[in-house]
Amino acid sequence: MNRVFAVAVKEFRQIARDRRSLAILIFLPAFFLLMFGYALNFDIRHVTLAVEDRDQSPESRELIGRFAASPYFDVVALVHGPAEASARIDRGQVRALLVVPAAFAADLGQGRTPAVQIVLDGDNANAASTILGYATGLVAEASAVLGAGRDARLAVVEPRVWYNPELRSSLFLIPGLIAYIAMITAVVSTALSIVKEKENGTIEQIRMAPISTTSFVVGKALPYLLLSQVAAMLVVLAAMVLFDLPMRGDWFTLNLLLAVFLVGALGTGIVVSTMADTQQVAFQAAMLVAFLPTFLLSGFIFPIASMPVVLQYITYLVPARYFLVALRGVVLKGLDLSVVWPSVVALVLYATVVFGLSAIRLAKR
Amino acid sequence: MTDAPTIDVRGLSRRFGRFLAVDDVTFDVQRGEVFGFLGSNGAGKSTTIRMLCGLLTPTSGTATVGGADVGREPDAVRRRIGYMSQRFSLYELLTVDENIRFYAGLYGLDRARLERRRQFVLEIGGLAGREHELAGNLPGGWRQRLALGCALLHEPPIVFLDEPTGGVDPLSRRQFWQLIETLAGAGTTVLVTTHYLDEAERCDRVAIMHAGRLAALGTVGDLKQVFADRPILEVRSTSPVAVMSRLDTMPEVEKTSLFGTSVHAVLRSQRTTADQVQRTLAEAGLPVTSLVPVVPSLEDVFLDVVHRVERGATA
Repeated sequence: MNRVFAVAVKEFRQIARDRRSLAILIFLPAFFLLMFGYALNFDIRHVTLAVEDRDQSPESRELIGRFAASPYFDVVALVHGPAEASARIDRGQVRALLVVPAAFAADLGQGRTPAVQIVLDGDNANAASTILGYATGLVAEASAVLGAGRDARLAVVEPRVWYNPELRSSLFLIPGLIAYIAMITAVVSTALSIVKEKENGTIEQIRMAPISTTSFVVGKALPYLLLSQVAAMLVVLAAMVLFDLPMRGDWFTLNLLLAVFLVGALGTGIVVSTMADTQQVAFQAAMLVAFLPTFLLSGFIFPIASMPVVLQYITYLVPARYFLVALRGVVLKGLDLSVVWPSVVALVLYATVVFGLSAIRLAKR
Repeated sequence: MTDAPTIDVRGLSRRFGRFLAVDDVTFDVQRGEVFGFLGSNGAGKSTTIRMLCGLLTPTSGTATVGGADVGREPDAVRRRIGYMSQRFSLYELLTVDENIRFYAGLYGLDRARLERRRQFVLEIGGLAGREHELAGNLPGGWRQRLALGCALLHEPPIVFLDEPTGGVDPLSRRQFWQLIETLAGAGTTVLVTTHYLDEAERCDRVAIMHAGRLAALGTVGDLKQVFADRPILEVRSTSPVAVMSRLDTMPEVEKTSLFGTSVHAVLRSQRTTADQVQRTLAEAGLPVTSLVPVVPSLEDVFLDVVHRVERGATA
């Protein structure tokens, strides 16, 4: 136990003096959060909109007013005729066009459903369908108000979304981002720190000493576990401040979840370090092992349910998959251990397997 | 430590795939002896040391170090040995003091013993006053002595030094060897590998390894006995290569080797005189600056051993 402590103290001192690894551990996560947090945003706001109002009635102005007041649309032009509208779309001045038909107010008055036309620049299919969703919502809202008391046939769907009523994509993405950042920093920093000892030859000296591989590895991993845990919590706090991430669950469950996830990630880093002899190779291997599965196969961005069946089975081997489900549960839904325990068990299992694997690989002589 | 701190190696071999790195090596080392392992790179020195430290399992044969079997009780072996390698395995981002404390922790020294041994390391390394310098900023000689000190923290009865003086200036090497001799004088057994022949001359006994085999073993004086009835002539010339080719054709000359700008020629018997050789070279019109018999050096011995192994003769 004292030997584990000696290794851990040494490692702490080294990290404190090595600005590069300290930066990787503390600042890289924050940098990732900022970059991905702002760049990976599927919400679309301030869509430039042209309006062609053929009706010029109080009702049509009410509808257009709703678009103008919405944070999703900026009305930048009033056009007269399709030629002018398409020219503006072609030149990229506007991304969407709203055409209010001439009989809009009249139709409403007579209890008919008027057809409002939305023209979209479809060069980005994802964006277009999101914009269409916003527009449909606004039209439905407006027609409900305008048609109220005139005709009950105007059935309007009232969607109700739980936990993320504004459907902010950031709420969905940020937990994934936390998993992604924690995985990368933990795997890369442990792998590099062990391979560095190989490169400098210090590992030889340690092999000659009466210390078991397990004690050495635990002593080396301990400081990284603590630092990664702190870094991950900083990312969570930053996400709460910068991206209004709610924290509905309890901090104990969150920390426990993070800890078991990080232990698995550290183990992965150790396995990587047993396969690489230079820091360069270790870095690339760690990025590959940590980055690809966590990014593509964890449900971070791409829903697992929409993957081919084979890939869906593979996702069961990705620890971030379990972590993400549990993390979203704790942060967004306020779930506690009594609900998320299966994920914790899966993560513990993963950690056990990678540590077993690394022990086998390290013991070879 | 009640065990007799000796090294006893019997028929030790290690195979890597099809490559036999160490081939049936047998020797022993007495307490307080400085035992040198001489050989070119890849001769099997490091593999042998790694087996003796319990880092590699022997393919066959046995070895005990300080009474513990290297194959079966590697942990017991590791508690009895100190190890220092050519790369001075210090943590460059830690200070002198922090390195000492780390290795002390690794070997489980208690506080009182740590303090005592810390003083010892600072003293032998001449490091007093530099405790808080980063190890990476120390000059080579100091780093080397700090590394040795760290390897000696737990007062091991046996020390393995694997090419400990690579890349260190001559003065530091000298100081280092004085340290080794002091240690051995106090009863520590030292096994050192080197490819510096002047260092090997300072060992009590030298083992010469070549191609995985123990090609020769004995005191430096013993080893030089192979030249007892084969005098060595040193020929200085302005065209040493031509001189060498001519000497190689003489039946009286066993073999020649180039030593800088001079040529060493090993004669087959005492009966051949320097004059005969001188005449032959003069007849060939080769310029000879000087031609004198010399006392064989360890380098002559080493080259002779390698030569004989290569020819497949038994040493």
